[in-house]
Amino acid sequence: MAAEPLLVAENLELSFGSTTALDSASVQVHAGEVLALMGPSGSGKSTLLHCLAGILHPDQGRVTYAGRDLTAMHDNERSALRRSEFGFVFQFGQLVPELTCLENVALPLRLGGAPRRAALRSAAAWLERLEVSDVADKRPGQASGGQGQRVAVARALVTRPRVVFADEPTGALDTLNGERVMQLFVAAARDTGAAVVLVTHEPRVAAYSDHEAVVRDGRVRTREYAR
Amino acid sequence: MTRWVTDLTLGVRLSVGGGRSGWARLALIAVGVGLGVTMLLIAASVPTVLDARTARTDARSVAAGEELTAGEPTALTQEIRSSFREAPIVGLLLQPEHDDAPLPPGVTRQLDPGDLVVSPALADLLASDAGAALRDRWGDRIVGTIGDEGLTGPEELRFYLGTDRLTAGTADRIQSFGWAEGLDEGLDPTLLLLVLVGMVVLLLPVAVFVSTAVRFGSENRDRRLAALRLVGADVGMTRRIAAGETLAGAAGGLAVGTLLFLAIGRVAGYAVPAGMGFFPEDLRPVPVLAALTVVLVPATTVLVTLSALKQVLVEPLGVVRRGSERRRRFWWRLVVPVAGLALLTPLMGGLDDSLGSQVMVVAGLILVLLGVALILPWLVEAAVHRMHGGGVAWDLAVRRLQLDSGTAVRAVSGIAVSVAGLIALQGLVGAIGTLSAQTQADTSTFQAAVLDIEPNTDSAGTWARELSRAEGVAGVGTLVSVWARKAPSEAGQPVSGDELLVDFGTCKVLAQDARLGSCDDGDVFVVVPAGATAPEAGSTYLLGAGRGGDARWTLPASAEVVEPSPGGVSAMGGTPARVLVTPGALDGIDVDPESVTAYVTLDPAVPDALDHMRTAAAQVDPVAYASPIAQERITSILGNVRQVLLVGMVALLVLIGASMLVNVIEQLRERRQLLAVLVAVGTRRRTLGGSVLFQVAIPVVLGLALAVVTGLILALALQAAVDAPLAFDWRGVGVTSGAAALVVLLTTAASLPLLWRLTSPTGLRSE
Amino acid sequence: MTVGHALLGLLEAGPRHGYDLKRSYDERFGHDRPLHYGQVYSTLARLLKNGLVEVESEPGAGPERKKYAITDAGVSDVGAWLAQPEKPEPYLQSTLYTKVVLALLTGHDAADVLDTQRAEHLRLMRDLTRRRDGGDLADQLICDHALFHLEADLRWLEVTAARIEQLAAQVRA
Repeated sequence: MAAEPLLVAENLELSFGSTTALDSASVQVHAGEVLALMGPSGSGKSTLLHCLAGILHPDQGRVTYAGRDLTAMHDNERSALRRSEFGFVFQFGQLVPELTCLENVALPLRLGGAPRRAALRSAAAWLERLEVSDVADKRPGQASGGQGQRVAVARALVTRPRVVFADEPTGALDTLNGERVMQLFVAAARDTGAAVVLVTHEPRVAAYSDHEAVVRDGRVRTREYAR
Repeated sequence: MTRWVTDLTLGVRLSVGGGRSGWARLALIAVGVGLGVTMLLIAASVPTVLDARTARTDARSVAAGEELTAGEPTALTQEIRSSFREAPIVGLLLQPEHDDAPLPPGVTRQLDPGDLVVSPALADLLASDAGAALRDRWGDRIVGTIGDEGLTGPEELRFYLGTDRLTAGTADRIQSFGWAEGLDEGLDPTLLLLVLVGMVVLLLPVAVFVSTAVRFGSENRDRRLAALRLVGADVGMTRRIAAGETLAGAAGGLAVGTLLFLAIGRVAGYAVPAGMGFFPEDLRPVPVLAALTVVLVPATTVLVTLSALKQVLVEPLGVVRRGSERRRRFWWRLVVPVAGLALLTPLMGGLDDSLGSQVMVVAGLILVLLGVALILPWLVEAAVHRMHGGGVAWDLAVRRLQLDSGTAVRAVSGIAVSVAGLIALQGLVGAIGTLSAQTQADTSTFQAAVLDIEPNTDSAGTWARELSRAEGVAGVGTLVSVWARKAPSEAGQPVSGDELLVDFGTCKVLAQDARLGSCDDGDVFVVVPAGATAPEAGSTYLLGAGRGGDARWTLPASAEVVEPSPGGVSAMGGTPARVLVTPGALDGIDVDPESVTAYVTLDPAVPDALDHMRTAAAQVDPVAYASPIAQERITSILGNVRQVLLVGMVALLVLIGASMLVNVIEQLRERRQLLAVLVAVGTRRRTLGGSVLFQVAIPVVLGLALAVVTGLILALALQAAVDAPLAFDWRGVGVTSGAAALVVLLTTAASLPLLWRLTSPTGLRSE
Repeated sequence: MTVGHALLGLLEAGPRHGYDLKRSYDERFGHDRPLHYGQVYSTLARLLKNGLVEVESEPGAGPERKKYAITDAGVSDVGAWLAQPEKPEPYLQSTLYTKVVLALLTGHDAADVLDTQRAEHLRLMRDLTRRRDGGDLADQLICDHALFHLEADLRWLEVTAARIEQLAAQVRA
């Protein structure tokens, strides 16, 4: 890995009360790569993802994105960064139940100030790309779990982010649905050149990654085998 | 049976065991139901209060025209009507003719001339700085206070004044106080309408409000019931458990309502205008009505809960709302208010006090106001389905309302009904206000008048002299009136029965009673009210004919016929013709006046000038009636009513704000994860806060708009009924809208801390 | 080579007689298949020949009284073996288990052993996933079969990793 990494976490430490979530965790993400964060529940992998995405502020250590120190930014700046440069896919509870699937996908664009019509047009293209055009006018509650996750992936990618953070994106899906979501997700991310940080405890999902970093007890044990 | 008890008690336990939010829900239901109960108890007490008042006034009433001889245990008495600022003061002159002369209730000793017994409120007023202008109006020898049994309320201003100047000719001779006065003349139709509207406006929202309060936080409850279904409760059990939960709230409501009622009873007698005051101990609900309240309110809450549960299917795996996708239909909702308006149409032609038309008015009002509650859900739904575009915050709010507007609408409909009713009432009150304002006479020259109906020949001079001395009096003009009959053209013929009133005064004084145009000393004017015969010019009249006066005076041919001044007695018709004579045209005739009116110019810069003048007048003759020319008293009482209405409206809005806050908070809690995700993807908190704001504001604005429109329509109908000029009470509408906007903002602001807390990144960790 | 590495690992704790070695091995690894004496001595002979162990003779004793000790070459051979991931294939458990226990016994980081192995498994799973997603249905089914097996192994690795402290306490007892 000769190129400069896109996203770097150095010696992150973070405690919630008396519980230590991160204990000197360091990790690197390169542009365009898919990195799986693995580890048992409670190991701190989700917390690490939240720190990398600038959602959580570590007690100690530094997160650098494209040379900019995330940890030194104001909350508003980080919010703006998340709107424009990052995308997110979570396990569930992420789609606004009142909006149609199409509007849900258009939401990040509109939050970024895009005109409604243009936002809806590119949202429709992304739904097509993820093969869920048929639920465009339905509300999330009327779509199946797999369709909902694909809508969520479309929403994460619609702003053409440089990094997509995915936290157990297939956690609530069965094997086949989960695999289809991963296939479409990773393929689309690679097409747009987005890096993916993927938190999962499932090896079969992690198999879609280029590299994995194992988190245990708040530390990262990275092994890289480049062949 | 035991099953029932078990289920109901389980419901009660669940409602109090629900942690902080459970208690909050219970408290809201209790407060909501409690307000309803308070309202009902007050309404149930009105008959008792009125009965007590009647009993008290009857006990001290004076029977006029009894044939009694002096020296028996009798007393002479005459009533004095006065005012301080705008509060009426009533007194009785007492002249005992025997040691055992009757004493009015609350007075324990016979009064010597100059002795003054006053009510505690009047004593306080006399002793206070504010009462300076009142002091010495009836002398300063206060020998006691009137006991409660002699007063209608704690704030009543009343006094008894001992005297030795009464004669059997002018005063009433009585043997005892208290006489079933039979004053049952029936309420003025206008006031009756006001009372009926008031009752409907106050009591109808109680029903809407209680049923809304019972549904506070019901979504949470439904989820809890679903959890119970999962562990094996059947549909019947869930209903009974829900009923038990509601009963707990209703019981709390009864307690809150009773406490509030007792608290209000402590102060209400002091808070209402002095003329309507009552003693706290008189505020007792009629037992039957109180019992009905205690039984019916919980029963109603349970019925509402059960009917609300019919709208949802509580399944073991969750709650399904029935027909939530079904659009509401409009036409049948319109039937109710249209029928109500149809019932109100006879009002347009005027008002009568027959039972049939009263029933129609009340039914019409109820239907129109219920129509508000019926149309509002449709209106909100139809409106949000037509709302497009706008920012993300607006979109989120609109979409939320499109999915479920019922909860928000329920919270608003209670207030919409009240506001519509209150605006109607306010419009009516305002219109009556302008109505009485319109009857006000010209006050540009003189602002007050003293009427002396037992004058002697010097009276005019005495009044002019004494009143001029009073503080704040800038000028006095007197009008001397005598009755006149046409003198027989030949001596010996009977005097004509046709009387007319001849008034003597300067141009300035006469201008008070008629539209003179130009006037110089020596001019004579004639006012012919509708239905009176015009006097013939050149006729000779006997002045003071009623008292045997025989001064002759001839109506000159130059007498000009003029219009009565608007608002004057003559303007209403039905009175005899009047001749207005300037001093120069009197030819120096000396008349024995029938009555003397002293018109007084007050210095607006002197505070309480009117009351200083009244005091000066009372010192000349306590019986003379001194009053402002403008009829301020009615307007000011109406002003009080408006104040009370506004306060009530704002209080209701605050309550509605509280219930909307509960809705919002419940909803925010429910979607904590979604909120955290939205913030994670970079949504500004401003956007989320804005969506909460819109979500609260849209139903409130729509509800108030509907309420204002309905209220104004009703106000117009009621104004037409009392023949008042049609006018909108823009101030009331403005205050209401302002308060509503404030409530929306406060509700939003109050929900923001929770929003911030829920959107902190830790919300993502709750998986 | 598993038995040889296992014996070497056991010797890291200190020199032993062949008989002791057999007993230790049987206790820890030979639950259903105890070693024959012949197997023990032939393996030791091979290790001796490769210079991984040496014999400390006790005067006047027979062959069964010979004490074996590990050489420096032997120690580094065990280390290299532990660091080397096994080729992911079915029924690896016994080998991996042996490795983990020996790592614990010899003071190597047992979690490293597991991480190393996981990385190797994942590498193969990536290949299989790629091949499956690009292949026809037959390819997909075959790859899926392999993937599910690898996944089972990995799950076992995770569970083992989570219990390594417990295991360490037991092994060292």
